Amino acid sequence: MGIESPTASSYIKHHLQNLTYGQHPDGTWGLAHDAKEAADMGFWAIHVDTMAVSIALGFLFLWLFRKAAKKISTDTPSGLQNFVELMVEFVDGSVKETFHGKSKVIAPLALTIFVWVFLMNFMDLIPVDFLPTAAQWIGVSLFGADPHHVYFKFVPTTDINATLGMSLSVFALIVFYSIKVKGISGFVGELTLQPFGKWMIPFNLLLEGVGLLAKPVSLALRLFGNLYAGELIFILIAILPWGLQWALSVPWAIFHILIIVLQAFIFMMLTIVYLSMAHEDH
Amino acid sequence: MNLNLTLLGQAISFAIFVWFCMKYVWPPVITALEERSKKIADGLEAANRASRDLELAQEQATQILRESKENAAEIIEQANKRANQMVDEAKEQVIADGKRLREAAQAEIEQDVMRAKEALRAQVSVLAFAGAEKILGATIDEKAHSEIVEQLAKEL
Repeated sequence: MGIESPTASSYIKHHLQNLTYGQHPDGTWGLAHDAKEAADMGFWAIHVDTMAVSIALGFLFLWLFRKAAKKISTDTPSGLQNFVELMVEFVDGSVKETFHGKSKVIAPLALTIFVWVFLMNFMDLIPVDFLPTAAQWIGVSLFGADPHHVYFKFVPTTDINATLGMSLSVFALIVFYSIKVKGISGFVGELTLQPFGKWMIPFNLLLEGVGLLAKPVSLALRLFGNLYAGELIFILIAILPWGLQWALSVPWAIFHILIIVLQAFIFMMLTIVYLSMAHEDH
Repeated sequence: MNLNLTLLGQAISFAIFVWFCMKYVWPPVITALEERSKKIADGLEAANRASRDLELAQEQATQILRESKENAAEIIEQANKRANQMVDEAKEQVIADGKRLREAAQAEIEQDVMRAKEALRAQVSVLAFAGAEKILGATIDEKAHSEIVEQLAKEL
């Protein structure tokens, strides 16, 4: 991909590195030139590629759906409206099946998760070098950057920050609804008084606390792990001799169509399940 | 794989997207879907009602047809009866008229006969007197013998 042909390991590393903007240890602000610099920036840095792609895809989702929603009619639907209605009905059905309370947030939340995560996952199916090379070309020709230092990881869901960002939002909603429905005492009681009664409060707290914290972590890691592994395999296939690549990348891509939809669906479904659990008293 | 601000950025954009979806995407679509399913339900119900109405109307039509057929039959029967009656009446009238005419004619005939008889009687008495005068050659006291002659004439 680079100007000089890179080694396999540098190629892989280059593909797995985000374009990071932050403060260098010497106090100046700028893009990180390599993985070490990015790591040195610590928490106060941002992955420009993840943010740009995910926000662009979010806008794409909202633009498409808003366009259909604005001129929706109750007559025979067609084209985009069909697709949007299909998605909305599918999500609405999933929510109604699982969640029996009344909430105006959960269904749109589930729709956003499903479509947005799907779109971000979908970036995985674009050949691994297309967009990074384009980004590199733009970086080199517009900003005069060193091609080796232009990183662009195109699948936002292969960035743990993206998946954890969503799952922590979901976690916040879980806590919010638990407290809203059961009250603080109910929520605390749920964490401490079961499964073993009030004489085992520390043990209960440990058990239930782990159970509660496992929700966002597992949600984030499942999506991240699946997509990261998928992307890594695409990258590995991409370093094979070019005549051989299609034989592996085509089956993997076809298989991946299933994975990206499934992972988006699982993320959505688990969110609904967690939130409906938050609404229910034990 | 560094955890950094991207986390917050993602959470914020996620929240904004969810908010936008909740505010501007979900309600119109779900409302339209509900409206359409209501419309379909209404349409189906209307179709059912219409087919029920049709059935009812057909039933009514057959009943009306049957009734009108019955009425027509009745009217025809009545008309026939009336016609027969009229014919009968006419016949009776004719017979009665005929009878009356015959009776009148008979009465007239009888009257004529009587009148002829009267005339004949009168003639007979005159004839008898004339004959008797001729036979007797003498005048007969008309007064004296008229009683006998009248008696005779009466017997005729």
